[in-house]
Amino acid sequence: MATVIVITSGKGGVGKTTTCASIGAGLALQGHKTALIDFDVGLRNLDLVMGCERRVVYDLINVIQGEASLQQALIRDKRSDNLFVLPASQTRDKEALTLEGVEQVLSEMQDEFDFIICDSPAGIERGAQLAMYFADAAVIVTNPEVSSVRDSDRIIGLLQARTRAAEEGRKIPEHLLVTRYDPRRVDIGEMLSLEDVQDILAVPLLGLIPESEAVLKASNQGVPVVHDDQSDAGQAYMDAVRRLKGEEVPLRFKEMEKRGFLSRMFGGR
Amino acid sequence: MKFMDFFQREPKSTASVARDRLKIILAHERSFRDQPDFLPRLQQELLDVVRRYVEVEQDQVQVHLESRDTCSVLELNVTLPERDEP
Repeated sequence: MATVIVITSGKGGVGKTTTCASIGAGLALQGHKTALIDFDVGLRNLDLVMGCERRVVYDLINVIQGEASLQQALIRDKRSDNLFVLPASQTRDKEALTLEGVEQVLSEMQDEFDFIICDSPAGIERGAQLAMYFADAAVIVTNPEVSSVRDSDRIIGLLQARTRAAEEGRKIPEHLLVTRYDPRRVDIGEMLSLEDVQDILAVPLLGLIPESEAVLKASNQGVPVVHDDQSDAGQAYMDAVRRLKGEEVPLRFKEMEKRGFLSRMFGGR
Repeated sequence: MKFMDFFQREPKSTASVARDRLKIILAHERSFRDQPDFLPRLQQELLDVVRRYVEVEQDQVQVHLESRDTCSVLELNVTLPERDEP
């Protein structure tokens, strides 16, 4: 049985797709057969971040409407044999995404995969609610910034009310992933600290991804940043993947990098 | 830090302003989270009925749903305007 995980945030542009790509690729690197599903009908981008945009033939809605089989629509990742992407439709009407359709696709994938990661669209409309409805766990992606924290709180409210689990009286595990964290700005009181965000949202922490140049470089190339194991963001995502699997991993990248005497004397910034 | 800053009161950091604002708005928004979807509509319809008999403003009818252990209490509060003549 696959574990279905929704990556959600409410607000757009906080790093849902980046997170989906890196958590998926990280789980695959750890040997788990993983599928990523893009629920952002009309604004698909997971294919681009995963670097498989030119291999998209069929999409989620084609599968739901029976125009293609799951096998035809799933795109195998170039780097991992056990990672697959099911893209969103770019042209079809959002109405074609139905609860029954999503349920049918997920149940068809259940026995095939260890993890199914659902990349939610921004907002709290249908697409976002369908992406979370069948989830067994949720990753809430939040930037240390007022609008992102507020929207995350709203999404947490929906997760606790509008999922199949909630309707059956169960509560799914929620994980907080704070992204674009800049310890330097936290230090000088210009950015909400990790403690502030955790205190306000009251969701257990899955990981902390520092603001990093590696993220843009990775998406430029269509390679999930988790593959860049030399980068801070890549390492932080791999830590998060390990925690998702239940491992105890110490938190890194929360403090400012210690700078040497010479770089403090002569370095910029 | 400049030398003179040492003697001045530390201004509140923008991050702590953000934190305080978030705490207030989220406490407010969470209080509406658990109420059922029909409550705003119910409030509007009740207001319309009350208005057939007395002139009241939008904010003078309050509907509140409170969940207790075994039951839910729907509380309706109408503030009637003061009468002009006795």
